[in-house]
Amino acid sequence: MSPLDPVLQPAWLRVWHWLNALAVLILVTSGWKIYDASPVFAFRIPSSVAFGGWLGGALLWHFAAMWLLVANGVVYLVMNVVTGRFRRRFWPLSPLALWRDFSGAIRGRLGHEDLASYNAVQKAAYLFVIADSILLVLSGLVLWKSVQFPLLRELLGGYDQARVVHFAAMAALVVFFLVHVVMVALVPRSLPLIIRGR
Amino acid sequence: MAEFDAVPIIKSALAALPRPARRLFLRQSLSLGGLALLSGCTVPDEDAAERALSVVSRFNDRVQAWLFDPNRLAPTYPESMITRPFPFNAYYPLARAPVVDAESFRLEVTGLVSDRHSWSLRELGGLPQESQVTRHICVEGWSAIGKWGGVRFSTFLKRIGADLTAKYVGFKCADNYYTSIDMPTALHPQTLLTLTYAGATLPRAYGFPLKLRMPTKLGYKNPKYITALYVTNTYPGGYWEDQGYNWFGGS
Repeated sequence: MSPLDPVLQPAWLRVWHWLNALAVLILVTSGWKIYDASPVFAFRIPSSVAFGGWLGGALLWHFAAMWLLVANGVVYLVMNVVTGRFRRRFWPLSPLALWRDFSGAIRGRLGHEDLASYNAVQKAAYLFVIADSILLVLSGLVLWKSVQFPLLRELLGGYDQARVVHFAAMAALVVFFLVHVVMVALVPRSLPLIIRGR
Repeated sequence: MAEFDAVPIIKSALAALPRPARRLFLRQSLSLGGLALLSGCTVPDEDAAERALSVVSRFNDRVQAWLFDPNRLAPTYPESMITRPFPFNAYYPLARAPVVDAESFRLEVTGLVSDRHSWSLRELGGLPQESQVTRHICVEGWSAIGKWGGVRFSTFLKRIGADLTAKYVGFKCADNYYTSIDMPTALHPQTLLTLTYAGATLPRAYGFPLKLRMPTKLGYKNPKYITALYVTNTYPGGYWEDQGYNWFGGS
């Protein structure tokens, strides 16, 4: 980790990452509180991890952090396209490479020596979480303003179904987060990368 | 209905708290939960956080007013899709719902209107009636479909000579509930001053004698047991809105 090492993650991306982590943390935990006001499924989220104090507090946090998530999402997509990072980082991604890296990963044979580029599983995971976040925003829009977005509402199967979609997309995001954190624990060198860039 | 029982209990407990205690409730929340788990500390200035959240909520009011299309209708449903039984919902049990005498009832009308006479139920029943089968969406997330009938609210506002350029219409209710809405929503074609539910006189559980029904707004914006309304340019707030629920509360 000498200062001469190349910067692998640009400053804008590092700032973006932590702002996004904050937005996601607030949105997910306040969302659990909102869920508990009228659970869609036959279980409740333990109140010790649900954020916001009461429904009104959780809604205030949720509908404030949503702007941070949306602004972050726009910045991320625009910056990735403008700087060519998308092409460099995510292209190419073939099903064959994904299968090869995935089967290697589950047998513990996928190397992480080169942190300058993503392996196929990483590419797929990040692309998945981008799509999942977009689904979260769209299904959230239906829950927030179901009358004002009729096309979106009908595409998601109506108001009640949009709650299920929003919850499922949240669950997928949480699974991504858990795998993401486990991978940081397994490859500790990746943590300074997203703080100092090298 | 059992699954909804816990929530009114929490609501009534909260309603019983004086304002400083409610602030404390939100304050405690700031230092608990995921944020503290991650950062290992509490939010440094809770009052500032609460003020900032309030500013964002006012911003969200303006965004919703901008998104609101006065001509866009909420979906309507066949009567076969009506939720039976339609849930009773309040911050108190049904036994404590107000009992209003139909004969002596008069709807008080004040504020920026030219005709301030009070209305009997018979007079309101004499105005043109219409009905709708629409989805009621609660801030808690659940929804239910019901059939309401009554007077189109825009018709009533014109009848009383209301200043239609005023900002707000406020409501006072027999259960001490109060709320207020924006004028564009008040004039929306699906906003009804309802006298009936499912074709019969509005039952006590659903707000007898009068409920304002707006399928373009969340449940807490739809006042029941209305006894008075007024047109004003001064922000009137609302029972839940003053505790932190978003004022516009649109869907």
